[in-house]
Amino acid sequence: MAEARRNPGFGGVFMNGLITENPTFTLMLGMCPTLGVTTAAMNGVSMGLATTFVLVFSNLFISLLRNIIPDKVRIPAYIVIIASFVTMIDLIMQAFLPDLRAVLGTYIQLIVVNCIIFARAESFAAKNPPLLSLADGLGMGLGFTVSITLLSCIRELFGSGSIFGFSVMPEAYQPMAIMNMVPGGFITLGLMMVLVNFIKKALSARKEARA
Amino acid sequence: MSTFLAILVGQILVNNYVMCQFFGICPFLGVSKKFDTALGMGLAVTFVITVASFITWLVQSFVLTPFHLEYLQTIAFILVIAVLVQLVEMALKKLSYSLYQALGVYLPLITTNCVVLAVAINNITDGYNLLESTFSGFCSALGFTLALLLLAGIRERMEVSNMPKWMQGFPGALIMAGLMAVAFMGFGGLI
Repeated sequence: MAEARRNPGFGGVFMNGLITENPTFTLMLGMCPTLGVTTAAMNGVSMGLATTFVLVFSNLFISLLRNIIPDKVRIPAYIVIIASFVTMIDLIMQAFLPDLRAVLGTYIQLIVVNCIIFARAESFAAKNPPLLSLADGLGMGLGFTVSITLLSCIRELFGSGSIFGFSVMPEAYQPMAIMNMVPGGFITLGLMMVLVNFIKKALSARKEARA
Repeated sequence: MSTFLAILVGQILVNNYVMCQFFGICPFLGVSKKFDTALGMGLAVTFVITVASFITWLVQSFVLTPFHLEYLQTIAFILVIAVLVQLVEMALKKLSYSLYQALGVYLPLITTNCVVLAVAINNITDGYNLLESTFSGFCSALGFTLALLLLAGIRERMEVSNMPKWMQGFPGALIMAGLMAVAFMGFGGLI
């Protein structure tokens, strides 16, 4: 938090991405990896961190180049920058974490079309200085990581009776296979959004009551 | 011939990209509020995916593989798709202005529709030839359109029905999509 006190902008932008404008629950961005890889908590964490890596660096570089890139060709330019970082993380994972790469599969390559990254490049990094864009990338990335980790913990808990591979459910528990399949993903996310909306409403009601 | 039949049934029903594999969820949820716009989006995506499958196969076979540049696949494919979407937009503007106006808003969105890239990459991974790739692209796009239209139809009905307040909008659509996915699982053993 020392960082935040010296430069309020940095911390504010970071928290905005992490909580206030959480990409999954508020902006509804990046839904495909959110649903596709969240069958186990470990997959959720690693997908989130890989996306954060790409988001931080693409935001930083797009922000550094924002005055050089002509407006008309900005979309192809952004895509090339983003795709370069995706290729980097893909190759790094193939070299050091081949098992994880095999599980996540095409979704790593598909980070390039994750709308979070594109949306942040277009709406934030293209208009703000590098340091703030870095904070935005970090906040949005970690916000995404937290929400998909939460979703994957719930799905793993009910679908396999474990969290991060450790059995937590009693022996007699029958895993619900459907949680690991496509319908489970949709329905869990739907119910989580109900919960988030509910909490938000309760919080704003309390704020109004106080004011 | 049997390969093509397998691709047709496989991509539309059994391995539907949206309902069975979680690709293209953003447009699936984003543009499924009205049936007409869903149809427009579906048509635009079908066109782009079909042409993109054709071109990315050529790029992979004649540029990337001969020069041992397979690691540039992501960059090359996404550039092809971005350029293609831009071209389609320009061509439509000149050739059929009414269609351009109908689809206009959705065209730029197609670049970040992950079905397009996923189909292109899977065509290569599955080892299809040029004709099979193009056909598989076309069928996957039909599958996407089918899922989109089904959800749009249901959501139009949901608008006028008496839903609990906390279920309206995205949560309701997500749970509905989950139930649709259960139905699609029924096609599982077809091929």
